[in-house]
Amino acid sequence: MTQLALVIDLNVCVGCHACVTSCKQWNTSGAAGPLFDDNPYGKDPTGTFFNRVQTYEVGNYPNTETIHFPKSCLHCEDAPCVPVCPTGASYKRENDGIVLVDYDKCIGCKYCSWACPYGARELDEKEQVMTKCTLCVDRIYDESLPEAERKPACVMACPTNARLFGDVHDPDSEVSVAIREQGGYQLMPEWGTKPANHYLPRRKTKMHIHEDELVRVDNPLKKEDIRHKTTKDVTLDDWLL
Amino acid sequence: MAVIHDPIQKPAGRTETKNTTCYMCACRCGIRVTVRDGEVRYIQGNPDHPLNKGIICAKGSSGIMKQYSPARLTKPLMRKPGSNRGDAEFEEVSWDHAFDVLEERLSHLRATDPKKFALFTGRDQMQALTGLFAKQFGTPNYAAHGGFCSVNMAAGMIYTIGGSFWEFGGPDLERAKLFVMIGTAEDHHSNPLKMELSKFKRNGGRFISINPVRTGYSAIADEWVPIKPGTDGALMLALTHEIIKQGLFDRDFLVNYTNSAELVNLDENSSEYGMFVRFEVPEEEGCFDPQNKLWWDRDLNKPISTHTPGADPYLLGEFKLPDGTPVKPAFQMLTERVQQYTPEWAENITGIPAETIRRLAYEMGITARDEKIELPIAWTDVWDNEHESVTGNPVAFHAMRGLAAHSNGFQSIRAMSILMSILGTIDRPGGFRHKAPFPRPIPPCPKNPTSPDDVQPNTPLNGMPLGWPADPDDLFVDDQGQPVRIDKAFSWEHPLSVHGLMHNVITNAHRGDPYRIDTLLLFMANMAWNSTMNTDEVRKMLNDKDEDGEYKIPFLVVADAFQSETVAYADLVLPDTTYLERHDVMSMLDRPISEYDGPVDSVRIPVVPPTGQCKPFQEVLIELGSRLKLPAFVDNEGTRKFRDYPDFVTNFETAPGSGIGFLAGWRGKGGEKAMRGEPNPDQWKMYEKNNCVFHYELPKSYQYMRNWNQGYLQWAQGNGLTRYAEPINCHIYSEVLQKFRLAAQDKNPGGRVPPQHLRKRIETFFDPLPFYYEPLESQLSDKHKYPLNAITQRPMAMYHSWDSQNAWLRQIHAYNYLYLHPQTAKAAGIEDESWMWIESMHGKVRCLSRYSEAVEPGTIWTWNAIGKASGAWNLDKDANESQQGFLLNHVISEELPASAEGDHLSNSDPVTGQAGWYDVRVRIYPASEGDEPVTFPQYEEMQAVPGTSPRRKWLQYFAGLFNNQKN
Amino acid sequence: MHPAFSVIFLTTLIGAGQGLFLALFSGQLYSAVNLLPAQESSFYITGSVIALGLMIGGLAASFWHLGRPERAWRAASQWRTSWLSREVIILPAVMGLVFIYGLLHFSGWHPNWFGNAIPNQPALIVGVITTLAVFILYIATGMIYASIKFLQEWASVLTVINYTLLGAASGFTLATALAAWQGSGLIGFYGTWAVILTLAGLLSRAASLYRNARIKYKSTVQSAIGMRHNAVVQKSMGMMGGSYNTREYFHGASAAWFKSIKYIFLVLVFPVPLLLLWAGFSTASVPLLATAFVVQYIGLLFERWFFFAQANHPQNLYYQTI
Ligand SMILES: Nc1nc2c(c(=O)[nH]1)N[C@H]1C(S)=C(S)[C@@H](COP(=O)(O)OP(=O)(O)OC[C@H]3O[C@@H](n4cnc5c(=O)[nH]c(N)nc54)[C@H](O)[C@@H]3O)O[C@H]1N2
Ligand SMILES: Nc1nc2c(c(=O)[nH]1)N[C@H]1C(S)=C(S)[C@@H](COP(=O)(O)OP(=O)(O)OC[C@H]3O[C@@H](n4cnc5c(=O)[nH]c(N)nc54)[C@H](O)[C@@H]3O)O[C@H]1N2
Ligand code: SF4
Ligand code: SF4
Ligand code: SF4
Ligand code: SF4
Ligand code: SF4
Ligand SMILES: [Mo]
Repeated sequence: MTQLALVIDLNVCVGCHACVTSCKQWNTSGAAGPLFDDNPYGKDPTGTFFNRVQTYEVGNYPNTETIHFPKSCLHCEDAPCVPVCPTGASYKRENDGIVLVDYDKCIGCKYCSWACPYGARELDEKEQVMTKCTLCVDRIYDESLPEAERKPACVMACPTNARLFGDVHDPDSEVSVAIREQGGYQLMPEWGTKPANHYLPRRKTKMHIHEDELVRVDNPLKKEDIRHKTTKDVTLDDWLL
Repeated sequence: MAVIHDPIQKPAGRTETKNTTCYMCACRCGIRVTVRDGEVRYIQGNPDHPLNKGIICAKGSSGIMKQYSPARLTKPLMRKPGSNRGDAEFEEVSWDHAFDVLEERLSHLRATDPKKFALFTGRDQMQALTGLFAKQFGTPNYAAHGGFCSVNMAAGMIYTIGGSFWEFGGPDLERAKLFVMIGTAEDHHSNPLKMELSKFKRNGGRFISINPVRTGYSAIADEWVPIKPGTDGALMLALTHEIIKQGLFDRDFLVNYTNSAELVNLDENSSEYGMFVRFEVPEEEGCFDPQNKLWWDRDLNKPISTHTPGADPYLLGEFKLPDGTPVKPAFQMLTERVQQYTPEWAENITGIPAETIRRLAYEMGITARDEKIELPIAWTDVWDNEHESVTGNPVAFHAMRGLAAHSNGFQSIRAMSILMSILGTIDRPGGFRHKAPFPRPIPPCPKNPTSPDDVQPNTPLNGMPLGWPADPDDLFVDDQGQPVRIDKAFSWEHPLSVHGLMHNVITNAHRGDPYRIDTLLLFMANMAWNSTMNTDEVRKMLNDKDEDGEYKIPFLVVADAFQSETVAYADLVLPDTTYLERHDVMSMLDRPISEYDGPVDSVRIPVVPPTGQCKPFQEVLIELGSRLKLPAFVDNEGTRKFRDYPDFVTNFETAPGSGIGFLAGWRGKGGEKAMRGEPNPDQWKMYEKNNCVFHYELPKSYQYMRNWNQGYLQWAQGNGLTRYAEPINCHIYSEVLQKFRLAAQDKNPGGRVPPQHLRKRIETFFDPLPFYYEPLESQLSDKHKYPLNAITQRPMAMYHSWDSQNAWLRQIHAYNYLYLHPQTAKAAGIEDESWMWIESMHGKVRCLSRYSEAVEPGTIWTWNAIGKASGAWNLDKDANESQQGFLLNHVISEELPASAEGDHLSNSDPVTGQAGWYDVRVRIYPASEGDEPVTFPQYEEMQAVPGTSPRRKWLQYFAGLFNNQKN
Repeated sequence: MHPAFSVIFLTTLIGAGQGLFLALFSGQLYSAVNLLPAQESSFYITGSVIALGLMIGGLAASFWHLGRPERAWRAASQWRTSWLSREVIILPAVMGLVFIYGLLHFSGWHPNWFGNAIPNQPALIVGVITTLAVFILYIATGMIYASIKFLQEWASVLTVINYTLLGAASGFTLATALAAWQGSGLIGFYGTWAVILTLAGLLSRAASLYRNARIKYKSTVQSAIGMRHNAVVQKSMGMMGGSYNTREYFHGASAAWFKSIKYIFLVLVFPVPLLLLWAGFSTASVPLLATAFVVQYIGLLFERWFFFAQANHPQNLYYQTI
């Protein structure tokens, strides 16, 4: 069985928000219709975004890490948001594991969002239906697009290629390899939701300097014949016959 | 209206896809725009574009909301008679009327005193055209944003290695092993840099960021080295000290490719004191280093012409020429200079532990020495030596405004360039790489006018408005040594101000110092807000009148695309198009988007028609140039030469028959030539077919060591990129600076000398060797009263002030906090997320605090240009930008406090005139009970100007259906 | 969570309606076995109408909660997995049954199936079924909240018990007042049960308060973003003007206000109605007993507000709280 997902590499994500607005623009004119923005030119502008990038600080100065943390629906394998939906509008696709909302069926009761521990669903305040990341289902199978572009908009946009897309059930896929080899992890594993999306942690490259690397035969200073001044003090030279 | 539905169906409508170039920032990525039924449906990175290879950033992805923004100007406007500037009361006029008004005014100025017309442009990308227009008009009063942006970076590096970071060169992250990024938040190379950084990290490279703040790129650094602002010079010098002390420099590189081994005359009584000894002194024409200097050869133990085959010079030591003149190799002088700059000394200044500084020096030195790269690429140097391979030391640097935007930036950047040079990393794999048209001679050839006589009525300017002075005689001053330009560029106050000093134009023009002007045309610059220092006062100056009721700056023309704060002050507003509506070129004559492997230029081609009566500013200039009969725009009979801007681009040549025009691609009758060739009538079509970009890939053997690469230099000369095919040796020791110093020391017989009050200044700052000094404003501040440094950073999802009108981007940055370390805050009694004051010598602002562990405790910072004036950018009166957002510029001054050197000196680097944005010293304290919970200062609401569209209460953007939608 | 008034009214109104029905029917049942005097059918009719009225009110409030009420019918489809769907089915069923129950009292149709001693046998049968349905409805309503494991304050059997006991208590209090108003002899019976149920409700609600005060949250900001460090602080949510996630999951009240709501409901739901009940049924005072119900109902509105507001959603870890 296929389970499509995103793998997000926190090691290289610079927090640029490209995935946020590329998602917005693709989806606002996408197959499902527009995404709402409220008070776009006034106080407290707000709107539907399927993907947000947050920032956390870890540790205390000067040992601070600044973590940029993108998050969209994690397409949980055991998606708790699906069974609670009274209308069947929320569903998980058998063939690829994408969790979707059928906006034509949704009654906007918000119950599914209560059942998502990740805060990944957003109500369209105008249409009053629940929305969420579709994993760009209207791109990834669109045969009118060149093969290389049948990827989610956010993945195409990401300047650091921090967003990998693929089948986490296929052990040889790019995403599975990355998860396996780079310590990919899930969010809030304590709930047993088995998010399909994974995160790759920060990795550090360090340099170790050996003392003898500073003492070398080819030290260019040697070429400069920097002679030490002769000393005026009496030395053994003056005594030995 | 489309209603949201099951995301499985296909939307209707006719779509088409067109390529053009993004301009949501100055990075200029290639984009592919899908348009559905006439409206923009999707903007994606163009996968076939060499710059961004398909990626796109947050701004680029939000172009739709720029295109349909209610803040867009769509009609030419004149200030209502009787209304005041700043009131934003306008009436619509026709373009014909606007042109008539401009033509009348400007032709009068041109016929009487062309200086009275000043043209200054902000973060634009068409200096090739605007500069040409100014020169043709005959006014020297032209510059772009460089002076308040990063001219220190350009000048500091170009005067040292013949190229620079910024748009002129960068780090080779593909091959580097160690990457040191200094003072960079989000540069113009935004997308490419992100892409490279990620590849670099994934390849196991080590990334060190030196910055008082850890956000953005620094976030993913392997090591963050927090530094006190304005002290990087000290760090660079201490690193250099340690690298020299340990012998970790690249001796071969220093000898062959820098002036390190060249002998400096140290006879204090000689007029040549501090200059290189020359074995023959021909007329030194032009702008290259003649190869007539001396080395001290160790085998012969006597001076010898540099680069003599087989010669092996000393880098260290002191010698006496046969005539008794004491001399030292430049490197000896550098070594003596950095003797005092120990890591312990630097620790006290920078706040970085000496141990860390030492370790950083070792990491750099050892990586450079032990991880050598060797590429099987044969090349020949300018001295005819054949090399079997290209080698490199994989330590790369990148630095931007964290270094540049300080008044000691020029010398700090020189220190950095020298550090890069002694590590042997200039235009070599894994180090710094040039981008065409760089490298250029040190200094580059174009020269500004040098005398008031170079400005004549009805005559083009004699010289380029902006040039590269090589000695005091290249300054643009009158007989008394007083400035000729309105911004005092190229004067003794800021001799190497190669990008002008836009930040002083309004203040100087208002004061009439050096003189009053008549018409100020601002293109794409928000000078009444975020690109001005001392914003509050500048706004008053714009609105100030003299005794006879005439504005001190009589006529202000603003060419902008949006209802900015500056538009409110205009007498005449010219509505520009957006980047999706116009033709544009990123020209080799300006700052092209070249890659390390060769020149690249690119174009924009409209994907949608202009909105309303918007007219591309390029067309405005062509029209005006034709009406004013500027020689470049009309033929000998005075009739208009070019139909429109695309026609101009196709047919303009820098000189008749030069074969060099705005675009380098597909030249020649049938498009068969590159770089130079006759105009090609189908050039635009060929760009269109080729993703709007022309990429000339140099042969591999021309791609490296270009300062000394015979093949490359001859190619560059042949293709009109440079005038000479001479070597461009790195200036470890700067004769150019020494020439100015000599003038200040009265050792410039017959030459120009600085006015008395500036002598000390010139003598101090024009040190031919890098040195550290405290930023000027700090020197003049009471540091007990103002203990903190205040700086700004660019957020990745906003471009300067442009994007507050963008409905999507403003949701990400609706307002800005002042970030500070909890200890710093608590010491001042400031709670998290509370109202507080920042106060400098010059003013104060009220803002919201936010604790952060990612900032050096002596520094406070905020995002740049998020705060807006109420009502500007066609936002609601109570939009967050104006109520919770703030602008730090209110506490930054454009002039220094009065000092021995005078009382109207710009708050800028004394060498280059770079605005010292990040020098400001401040104190902070909590807001008091009675303070209103809004930012300070507040301004009266700006009214929406005619031609802007009503603000929608909500949006459901759906391409193809949007403009018919009822809200 | 952000307490939604629609849901507060929905749960309190139907809870009271269900309780009132339970009171009516237990009255009938007792009288059927002659433990209590039989009542006029008008008593049951009035009672049923009121119970139905409360439930209609609740249902109406629930429509307020839906973004797309016109599609509400779809909500009946997922009864296999969704407690919400189950509630959506049971609630109208209960209402229908109560209606039939009242109708049977009204119709005067009195077939004799179980012997003459037992009056109104069809109503009795329907009443048994309805009672069953009422309990299922209590469970369904409670389970809507108790089944969401992420909301640890809710994910407890106490939630179901509270919904049941507090609904029943308010229903019986109302029944006491009704009995007094109708001059029926059931004041003492209802009053006693009202007191018992209120006390039981106090016990279970106190238990849940006690439990909730000691909850150890399963999720932490560390597990939310996968960073092992004690000092993890969110600096940006990715948006500044708020979003659905900041509106739906935060009560937005001050800590002091939040705390005082707790004391308000503790006073209004329990001691005050108890006193009023005690004072009311000794004097059979309609105003006192009616006040008892009104006070208790208002108290329950506060209780429900608190119930929602107290629940901390783990999603808030991503949106700057807990
Ligand atoms: N998204 C976006 N991209 C942009 C722009 C934009 O507005 N938005 N603007 C464009 C323009 S015009 C420019 S000029 C470039 C500028 O690009 P940058 O040079 O990256 O711009 P700044 O944001 O000024 O960044 C200055 C950095 O230096 C640090 N800093 C300040 N003082 C010091 C110091 O003394 N020492 C050190 N080591 N660091 C210091 C600050 O913390 C900050 O991180 O960006 C361009 N790119
Ligand atoms: N405090 C502080 N101030 C700073 C800086 C800082 O770091 N700190 N950075 C400085 C730097 S590096 C720079 S480069 C300057 C930038 O300063 P500017 O270039 O003056 O400022 P921008 O906000 O980029 O906007 C210029 C104007 O261009 C307009 N515009 C946008 N698109 C178009 C178009 O297509 N056509 C036309 N005609 N107009 C258009 C916008 O509406 C805006 O009014 O700011 C400087 N100001
Ligand atoms: S686009 Fe990529 S780098 Fe940028 S925030 Fe999203 S994941 Fe991070
Ligand atoms: S992240 Fe939330 S919305 Fe997405 S599948 Fe998991 S539980 Fe459902
Ligand atoms: S809001 Fe829509 S998708 Fe969510 S549970 Fe209710 S009906 Fe289902
Ligand atoms: S996969 Fe598509 S819908 Fe999901 S976050 Fe990325 S762009 Fe948005
Ligand atoms: S980096 Fe600049 S040019 Fe490139 S996509 Fe982003 S906004 Fe456009
Ligand atoms: Mo800039």
